[in-house]
Amino acid sequence: MSEEMNTPQEVVTTHEVHHDEHHVHHHKETFITKYIFSQDHKTIGKQFLITGIIWAIIGGLFSVLFRLQLGYPDQHFPILETFFGHWAKGGQIQPEFYYALITMHGTVLVFFVLTAGLSGTFANLLIPLQIGARDMAAPLLNMLSYWFFFMASVVMVSSLFISTGPAAGGWTVYPPLSALGQASEGSKLGMDLWIVSMALFVVSSLLGGLNYISTILNMRTKGMSMTRLPLTIWALFFTAILGVLSFPVLLSGLILLLFDRNLGTSFYLSDIVVNGQVLPNEGGSAILFQHLFWFLGHPEVYIIILPAMGIASEILSVNSRKPIFGYMAMVGSLFAITVLAFLVWAHHMFVTGLNPFLGSIFVLLTLLIAVPSAIKVFNWLTTLWRGNIRFFPSTLFAIGFVSLFISGGLTGIFLGNSTIDIHLHDTMFIVAHFHIVMGVAGMFGMFAGIYHWFPKMFGRYLNSTLGYIHFWVTMIGAYLIFWPMHYEGLAGMPRRYLDKSSWVSFSQFADLDRMITIVSILVFAVQLMFVFNFFYSIFKGRKVTSQNPWGSNTLEWTTPIRPGHGNWEGEIPEVHRWAYDYGKDGREFIPQVEPIGANESTH
Amino acid sequence: MSTTATVHQTKWWSGGKSPFNLEYGKLMMWYFLMSDAFTFGAFLISYGAIRFSQNFWPDPNAVFNAFPGMGHQNLPLAFVSVMTFILIISSVTMVLAVHAGHNQNKNGVIKWIAWTIVGGLAFLSCQAWEWHHLLTGGHGVLVDGKIQMAVQNMRGNPWGKLVENTTALTAALNNTPHETLVQLIHFHDHTKTLQELAAMPDTQLRGMIDLAEMHIREKGPVAFGGYFFGITGFHGFHVFSGVIINSIMLIMTKKGVFERKGHYLMIEKAGLYWHFVDLVWVFVFLCFYLI
Repeated sequence: MSEEMNTPQEVVTTHEVHHDEHHVHHHKETFITKYIFSQDHKTIGKQFLITGIIWAIIGGLFSVLFRLQLGYPDQHFPILETFFGHWAKGGQIQPEFYYALITMHGTVLVFFVLTAGLSGTFANLLIPLQIGARDMAAPLLNMLSYWFFFMASVVMVSSLFISTGPAAGGWTVYPPLSALGQASEGSKLGMDLWIVSMALFVVSSLLGGLNYISTILNMRTKGMSMTRLPLTIWALFFTAILGVLSFPVLLSGLILLLFDRNLGTSFYLSDIVVNGQVLPNEGGSAILFQHLFWFLGHPEVYIIILPAMGIASEILSVNSRKPIFGYMAMVGSLFAITVLAFLVWAHHMFVTGLNPFLGSIFVLLTLLIAVPSAIKVFNWLTTLWRGNIRFFPSTLFAIGFVSLFISGGLTGIFLGNSTIDIHLHDTMFIVAHFHIVMGVAGMFGMFAGIYHWFPKMFGRYLNSTLGYIHFWVTMIGAYLIFWPMHYEGLAGMPRRYLDKSSWVSFSQFADLDRMITIVSILVFAVQLMFVFNFFYSIFKGRKVTSQNPWGSNTLEWTTPIRPGHGNWEGEIPEVHRWAYDYGKDGREFIPQVEPIGANESTH
Repeated sequence: MSTTATVHQTKWWSGGKSPFNLEYGKLMMWYFLMSDAFTFGAFLISYGAIRFSQNFWPDPNAVFNAFPGMGHQNLPLAFVSVMTFILIISSVTMVLAVHAGHNQNKNGVIKWIAWTIVGGLAFLSCQAWEWHHLLTGGHGVLVDGKIQMAVQNMRGNPWGKLVENTTALTAALNNTPHETLVQLIHFHDHTKTLQELAAMPDTQLRGMIDLAEMHIREKGPVAFGGYFFGITGFHGFHVFSGVIINSIMLIMTKKGVFERKGHYLMIEKAGLYWHFVDLVWVFVFLCFYLI
């Protein structure tokens, strides 16, 4: 050990040495190196965000299309045929099209928007800025991370335009449907492209995740101990660990699926008859795929929600002008959620014939997640409690996040019990649950983050009036859309069916479905308004004039209003305290860079 | 450590320095290897799940008993032992390369990294031979009362249960078509050419077949081939990537890149990857050849 410390390698272990020499003197930048192939973490974050926004528009539009079908199953919309041809023959969405739409909606929103768009954006933007580093540990790999995501996007988009259409077996792509091209249109080339796209996505997520982890561990500025990190960083740290350890398992599962599709292997296939033709495959197990898929699939929902939790924690504390309540409990809960995330995957599989005894273990582990989740919820509420709350759009979205997380989280306790899940499995109840707790809550975390850090990203503010309209319509709309789905699900209405009008027992929900469809169109329109606000404000928004517009303690607000590559012009500031000294000793906020005063009280 | 470091205790976690006294790249390599371990873990666990759901699994001593140039001699696991030995030796040469790097010994690094590349290539060549042997070597299999020639590939496995019912075998032999008989004999006995054998009548051919020596089996589990080629192929792909990485390291060392930098950390990172690939092989070897 002592020998190793004396070797010349020790020189490079402090990041000052090898980073300052790269970044202090600015080398000439062209348009391409500054905006396209940029290695600046802030630019890469914006690239992730804008790509994510484009994907969100596509994925949201898909949901509007299939909601049209669900709300008006008998109606003809000739305009659909104009745009989609035989996929919407006679102005009605055809079954293959419907399944393609819901599959792509899920894939796009879960992976491309709420994973890449959310943690890709905020990990890139915030990690170096909030820990006090000039850039990520490996800026080149960081850039590649974005471009792999871009390539994944190109492949996925291309699958939308082939004659057999994109993958259509649901976002979970269960075999045998997804493994057999002859089984459906969506299981042909579109499925191969889906797998290739997701493989590229896994590479992107891996490159990003490795960077986030090593940057957070290795590159914190002087004084920034782990327990002084803002909760955003803790959340992004655990998110990265989840991604690095769970995506490879999905990759393995998809490689085997690709082999089953193209090389005639039988990993997932056994005893199958398609259109009267007996297939030679034997010995495989379709359930095996579900295990591999959900070993990623479950951590994936925490990959989505943890960054949103971190963002909400930070914004609630800043805008309540109060320290975050229970900082260490928050970190501990994030850690507990990360560990438990790997141990609950089979609760998606209670109806697969899973041994009930094994099921009961997964029930127990699943219900255990309620503990750290509840700790976090109470800490957010107690942070707000008796605070001087500034109701900015970012605050409202953060509070909305907490509301949605509670509503959706409680139904998670229903579903975590295998006995109830067997009744509710694959019904609209599930759709309601995960959209509220992960989908919309994740989006709310993202919106909160965008409103809060937009000034740091672009040096301008988003328009607040549009922001308030955006919040209230989305908040009320989200509950109007998803709350009634609980009742549909409890009544047994299945998800993934494109027309339920032939069941007498579900006909009572026809009007409800119509209402949900109308509200979703409204909410989608308001998201387009937000997108307009976003792009308009980049160029024409009100300019930021002070370095620290929100009166925030964290390090990103000690950089210039429009920081260059390298973030700080002089030395990187030293940190002397945690990130949450708000309303302390009669002062509204005390930035992390301020040394502890002689008579300061302890928190 | 405890006696020397107490004078001035370093606060490793308080920021401004790497808590593990590691350069970031090495940390990233460690996390990457953890990630990759999950990829292989998923493959091997899938393999285990499917294997133990089957009633029968081929005996590796019967499947892997060939050795290049030794004809049909029964040498169970001899060749794979050589392969494993080569790979482990290549790990030793890698350690020596890293060690030479610690001592700033450029020529030592060049020598040992070159030997590591040779070891990697030798392993890949062995794997290529083994795959070729399995994919092309025909074996007599009893199917629907007839004997067929079958090879080991992604769709089929010729190493099912050994058929010991001689009356059934004799009956099957009588149903077996001419071409199969020719192939069956030719595969076990190269003294006559295919043309010579093809010219003989069926009865004479049947007379030349010693059923006990032929080891006629039932069809084996289809999953065997998929997992064997899938997992050893994925491992081989890793070895191949390692050879590429090591070759780049070799070129960079020769050009003096690390000498100018003053340290050979890149060699250490390549070494971490190489040892990991070797370690994975130990598990692959255990799961496919020993159990």
